[in-house]
Amino acid sequence: MRAAAGTPANAYDAVVIGAGHNGLIAAAYLARAGLRVVVVERGEAPGGCAATEELWPGYRVDTGAHSLTGIDPSVMNDLGLVEAGPGGAGLEILSPAPCVVSPQPDGGTLILGTDPTRAADRIRPFSARDAARWPDFVAAMSRAIRALGVLYRTRPPRLAGASRGDLWELLRLGVRMGRVGRREALELLRLIPMTIEELLYEWFESEALKGALAADGVRGICQGPLASGTGYMFLHHMVGAGGVVRRRRQVRGGMGGLGGALQRVAVAAGAEVRLGHEVASIRVEDGRATGVVLAGGDEVAAPRVVSSADPGRTLLGLVDPGELAPEFVRALENIKYRGVVAKVHLALGEPPRLRSGGDAAQAAVLAGAAITIAPSIHYIERAYDDAKYGRPSARPVLDAVLTTALDPSLAPEGRHVLSVAAQYAPFQLADGSWADARREALGDAVVGALAEHIPNLEEAILHRHVLTPADLADRFALPEGNIHHGEMTLDQVFFGRPVAGWARFRTPIAGLYLCGAGTHPGGGLNGRPGALAAARILGDGKRRQD
Amino acid sequence: MPAPSVVRGTPFHERTGPLCQAGNWRRWAGHLSASSYEPTHEHEYQAIRSACALIDVSPLHKYRLSGPGAAALANRVVTRDVDRQEIGRVYYTPWCDAAGKVRDDGTLHRLGASDFRLTSAEPTLKWLHENARGLDVEIEEETEQVAALALQGPRSRELLRRITDGDVAGLPYFRVMSARIAGIAAEISRTGYTGDLGYEIWVGAADAIPLWDALTEAGGPFGLAPAGMLALDMARLEAGLLLVDVDFIPAHRAIIEDRKSSPYELGLGWTVSLEASNFVGRAALRAERARPPAWRFRGIVLDWESLEAAYATVGLPPQLPGTTLRDSVPLYAGGRQVGYATSRGWSPTLKTYLGLAHLEAASAAVGTELEIEVTVEHRRRRARATVAKTPFFDPERKRATP
Repeated sequence: MRAAAGTPANAYDAVVIGAGHNGLIAAAYLARAGLRVVVVERGEAPGGCAATEELWPGYRVDTGAHSLTGIDPSVMNDLGLVEAGPGGAGLEILSPAPCVVSPQPDGGTLILGTDPTRAADRIRPFSARDAARWPDFVAAMSRAIRALGVLYRTRPPRLAGASRGDLWELLRLGVRMGRVGRREALELLRLIPMTIEELLYEWFESEALKGALAADGVRGICQGPLASGTGYMFLHHMVGAGGVVRRRRQVRGGMGGLGGALQRVAVAAGAEVRLGHEVASIRVEDGRATGVVLAGGDEVAAPRVVSSADPGRTLLGLVDPGELAPEFVRALENIKYRGVVAKVHLALGEPPRLRSGGDAAQAAVLAGAAITIAPSIHYIERAYDDAKYGRPSARPVLDAVLTTALDPSLAPEGRHVLSVAAQYAPFQLADGSWADARREALGDAVVGALAEHIPNLEEAILHRHVLTPADLADRFALPEGNIHHGEMTLDQVFFGRPVAGWARFRTPIAGLYLCGAGTHPGGGLNGRPGALAAARILGDGKRRQD
Repeated sequence: MPAPSVVRGTPFHERTGPLCQAGNWRRWAGHLSASSYEPTHEHEYQAIRSACALIDVSPLHKYRLSGPGAAALANRVVTRDVDRQEIGRVYYTPWCDAAGKVRDDGTLHRLGASDFRLTSAEPTLKWLHENARGLDVEIEEETEQVAALALQGPRSRELLRRITDGDVAGLPYFRVMSARIAGIAAEISRTGYTGDLGYEIWVGAADAIPLWDALTEAGGPFGLAPAGMLALDMARLEAGLLLVDVDFIPAHRAIIEDRKSSPYELGLGWTVSLEASNFVGRAALRAERARPPAWRFRGIVLDWESLEAAYATVGLPPQLPGTTLRDSVPLYAGGRQVGYATSRGWSPTLKTYLGLAHLEAASAAVGTELEIEVTVEHRRRRARATVAKTPFFDPERKRATP
């Protein structure tokens, strides 16, 4: 690999916008291939949405994502993320055996964990039939996500106007899918457009079980569980979790540790990471990206610009609009974002005590299982009904994680941090905006919904911190607060991500690439967009040399 | 109660309406437009070529671009280099989609440093707005507000000089100036769709009738006649000028890829300035320029003797079209179809049967012998035709400035 011809003065072969996980992963791969890479990040810490902030003295809180669904194993291996020792990135991932605790309005509490047989035992009080089916369900979903995983490890093949190279790609993809099995591939095609309600109906009768599972089907999208494509969303999370239903993982020292580890990997590979520098614009000359201009006016020249910012921010915000054709701009403007997630962070003086579920449930929470408030599919659908009309859910769907259970270092001794992801809180409110009063009302609704199941909660709260979708949008540069850089509805995944015809990490501007969650295969801290984008960039470089 | 009409008259309708003896109206962009005023259009055609003719072209879509970003917007849309367009200069230009396929063509009048008028065949307001993102420019549709008359023909200059204070004689080809005509403020451009000496006159809609009256009052000695679309269509064929929806399909309305054409494929390569600022479609056209276009747009001339022979088989002399034919007919070379003619007609001036054709590049060299399908008494036959350069008719007076 060499610098593009005609740019000998460039100190860099590539400038990466944003030090989120995808930006750093792309940077690490590019630097390893011998490119001179600089990452420019507006924030003071790497990691993007994997962020840990000291909100109150001694309390380190995961203000963005509080669970690591799963960086793709091949990326983990390639980059040696979990290698310990002086040269290693030293990422330490903590994972409890119990994954989720779902308290029910009638007093029962469902517990799901990594071990299918034990989970079946937990399900039996709710339905003996469901308990019997659980191992088969897990196996069936694992088969389906093996096929999906093949799609996730490749860039979407080009179908319209395909060249011989494209057909070759398609053929190789076909062979890989074939290895998974034709029946599995066909089953995946059947599952993808289903609603999560339909998908679960084929297996289970217990409302408690279906609710706890369906919560994954609507995560981050402004759709209810009765909407098409929520089955796919469920499978998407399953891919990240490596086939473990509702798997729980976090990073020792806080999610921000992921950014730190990735930064170490990138720097060790030769990349430079500049924090605290915001990119103001992308320089384009004669239809080619030539570098970026920083907010202070400084320029960083490079023949490749690789943006982990969302597609809209990158192409409509940082590029001179005159460089893009109106058809393309129209497509970008039509990307749905519709953020629906809010975060509530609580510092607790004592651990939460569940009203029901007994010792087993309590032990699961203290072991680090998430507390899910999604007692039925219809509970989720009703929560969505509010959002459909532009109101925050009166009774939201919650995913509460006691991060201190797995990692007591995150709070002063004896204290706890409960991080809550709440849905649905629509970015675009029907009336008014996310002003302070709305923020506090949201906090009250979330605490109220939790307190129904955690009687000691309100008294235990020492501090409370609320991030509305608007706050998340500002804090993490999330478009309309969407945690996936673009809603992962069926029209906006695979060939359609970020927009149809441009699903292969390139943009209409030569040398400008996208590598963030807004590209295939989307969000959820999986790192694949960064890795796939890097492969594409390196492939383009080779082609130029030929 | 009768339903209200969905078409309306142009600002000249009060005059053109009673003049249209033929009652032969057609619709043009929602307006009534005379196909011919007299029962047949021969006299109107002859006025264009031998005297002077008034053609109501008000239904053209007209847009005014003004403000600091006006030039940037124009540059962004059209394929020509607007930075090189002097004030007072008119550009004929196509514009393209991102794939470099032609959406439309028209004229761009630079009335001031930051003041342009764009005329188009297709509604273009949305396209202009979509391209104006980030630009400080005002886009005003003035289709209804501005009336337009084409005064075309060898005697048009003499007539116009009589009634305007502007230096019409000094106005070069494809220039525009402001002047008063019988006291009416107007822009006069030396443009037209006839390939002859001629002008187009642009006035406020309220001044349409006084303008018409002034021209017709002064026009008698110059043989002025109102001319309709049939005569104009014959003239534009002789001039080798493209007609939208006939000779090309606007890219944004093409339902299949094959219906789209790049400027190179339409013989408009001369309008494409690949070094200019980044207009929509430039990247695609740069790539296309690197290899020769697969298709060419050419003139064809039908061979009289083979046409005669084709008709002789049924005992008829050649049947010549009185108007320009707009149906597509196949063209062959070596027994294989190599293209199709989109416009055909008899040129009374050249005494030749002409056509405009899309041809595969290999069969597009001027002088290439082709065969064209002709339907003789319900039966398909072929006549010889030769690839020819356009314009077929190109009088010196078209460009000359005395």
